[in-house]
Amino acid sequence: MRVLAAMSGGVDSAVAAARAVEAGHDVTGVHLALSKNPQSYRTGARGCCSKEDAHDARRAADVLGIPFYVWDLSDEFAADVVDDFVAEYAAGRTPNPCLRCNEKIKFAAVLQRGITLGFDAVCTGHYARLTSGPEGIEMHRAADTDKDQSYVLGVLTQDQLAHALFPLGDSLKSEVRAEAERRGLAVADKPDSHDICFIADGDTAGFLDRRLGSRPGPIADTDGTTIGQHDGTHHYTVGQRKGLRIGTPAADGRPRYVLDISPVTNTVTVGPREALLVREISGIRPTWTDRPVVGPWRGQVQVRAHGEPVTAEIAYAGDRVVARLDEPIAGVAAGQALVSYRGSQVVGSATISETVS
Amino acid sequence: MAPVSRTYLDHAATTPLVAAAIEAMAAQWGTVGNPSSLHASGRAARRVMEESREQVAELLGARPAEVIFTSGGTEADNLAVKGAYGARARPQGRRRVVVSSTEHHAVLDPARWLGSSAGADVTEIGVDPVGRVDLDALSRIVDDRTAVVSILWANNEIGTVQPVPEIAEIAHRAGAWAHSDAVQAVGHLPVDFAASGLDLMTVTAHKLGGPVGVGALLARRDIGLEPVQHGGGQERDVRSGTLDVAGAAGFAAALAIAIASQAAERERLESLRAGLVTAVLAAAPDAVVHGPSDPDERLPGVLNVELPGCSADALLLLLDAAGIDCSTGSACTAGVAEPSHVLLALGRTERQAGSALRFSLGHTSSQADVDALAVALPEVLTRSRAFGGVVG
Repeated sequence: MRVLAAMSGGVDSAVAAARAVEAGHDVTGVHLALSKNPQSYRTGARGCCSKEDAHDARRAADVLGIPFYVWDLSDEFAADVVDDFVAEYAAGRTPNPCLRCNEKIKFAAVLQRGITLGFDAVCTGHYARLTSGPEGIEMHRAADTDKDQSYVLGVLTQDQLAHALFPLGDSLKSEVRAEAERRGLAVADKPDSHDICFIADGDTAGFLDRRLGSRPGPIADTDGTTIGQHDGTHHYTVGQRKGLRIGTPAADGRPRYVLDISPVTNTVTVGPREALLVREISGIRPTWTDRPVVGPWRGQVQVRAHGEPVTAEIAYAGDRVVARLDEPIAGVAAGQALVSYRGSQVVGSATISETVS
Repeated sequence: MAPVSRTYLDHAATTPLVAAAIEAMAAQWGTVGNPSSLHASGRAARRVMEESREQVAELLGARPAEVIFTSGGTEADNLAVKGAYGARARPQGRRRVVVSSTEHHAVLDPARWLGSSAGADVTEIGVDPVGRVDLDALSRIVDDRTAVVSILWANNEIGTVQPVPEIAEIAHRAGAWAHSDAVQAVGHLPVDFAASGLDLMTVTAHKLGGPVGVGALLARRDIGLEPVQHGGGQERDVRSGTLDVAGAAGFAAALAIAIASQAAERERLESLRAGLVTAVLAAAPDAVVHGPSDPDERLPGVLNVELPGCSADALLLLLDAAGIDCSTGSACTAGVAEPSHVLLALGRTERQAGSALRFSLGHTSSQADVDALAVALPEVLTRSRAFGGVVG
């Protein structure tokens, strides 16, 4: 196959590209310049796509003997990922930008470009497994459960998966690093980037403050009584316990948690942990790895990137997926993805819109 | 990777070493001696350096004392622009620097830097749609507060040749110094320093079949440049540093061949260029050819074409895959292809400039190169247009 390997400059995408070459594919490396003003050097482990990262990707391509290009997708990324991220926070939700990037950039914008240029697939260093099942392509959790990224890939459709290659799905991270070393890839020792790639200093609150400004409003308890002030609902996420600047402790002395964020009234509602527990989660704008599953069927759902999956009865009607959990869980935030699994296999993804206690 | 089967159409970026240059350099590599040393080994090296200097001077219509060897064209341009400004701004109240909007970055960037960091008043003169400098505008701008005027002899991206003697005259009427980066012109057009009227002229070896790493700034002896590089006082105290003796020998040897073959090469390249134009227009009848159409007003070996609906990212990848080396605009440090400032100065939009390719011919070019392009272009263009369709 002619494979377009997305190379971030990190060890995972470098080894993924190496494996694609070894598998006999005709591989071309591409580094995606996504930042509007990239820093020259990477500062520590956070963030991504500085010029140093582009350089690291280039050198990995040299070692592999493959062509290498840098594509500027910063406009698309700004509109589809960054602006969406800010808009979601402004709407009182907690977005997952990596999901949006996979959905709109890596397996859309990049894939479309690749197909016009004659490529058959986009290869990335994501940890997920693709197999051929009786019904079509199946996506399963990766062998390395700590690194498993099926959650952020859950939004991909059958058509997108037909053009995807995830060579690392069967490997542990430690094996991947060792392999990088064996192959002479200098990035073997490079630390993983984490948090949000476009917020290099890790200060999400500061980033949102600059984009949204300060919008003070009340922090209220479940009765509606104002018990504090906030500087912007974008500083909070459902389930959050720390950083609630409430002057007085709760009557019962127990910690309070963010229960709800209402952008309309600009109010953050807090309360005891029990009030956080939800039994039913609705998700809108569903996508399906294969075909829609109406159900009701029993499976597992995962509601945050490295969250524990929980068993639920899942049904799809109208425009929403509803999961009724066997056991309640705490801290489910609107805007995150509700990804459903049948064992290790991803069934679909939806954006969490509502929860019921 | 695999240089053997590639079709190299990027001679304006750099061109293969000619055999005579390799021989001249190889003859020096086995020797030892710093040309600044006073002993016999040093004097032997010094002699090779001075013979190279004399040869370069003669070939370019200059005196040996007017040749300042540098590490290449960029250094020579920096020395000319910064050296002229440094010598004249404070002592003579001449703080204006005039360049064209289509200068190579090796002239543009030092000028802009002087503007932002050294208090220079920098003016970038516009050009007409085929890249010719507006001489009336130039006359109005160049005044008795102007330190230096710098205009490319021949543009590396679109090939436009400027009227250098007229420009030098405009500069001199106002007491300004005239500099021209002649890096692309030498070897393709007749270039005579003395006849040009210029005070300063940049040349470099690697555009002529000589090595990368050596060039020269020709400077009239009464031009007192402020040095950029200080140190041991070499090159008349204007440019300190130990020079590459082997490189200078290679430079001189390559220059000799380039000058001797210039007239014949001009005709040969012009004919190959016509073949490239035919190939491009056959595959893309809507292609836009940039620069003057009159061969007397442009370089014979440079062809810049705009391919509507295509994007540089696609063209680069596809031509590369087809074994063809050519230029798709300049690249920033990260490697992202950026639209050419020269095309933007002609009035093209970013999108138009982003669909342009530069093919450039040189001493190893042949009809086979033209044929290879003709074969590759149709599919490259079909896919590039499809790509252009999805990127919007």
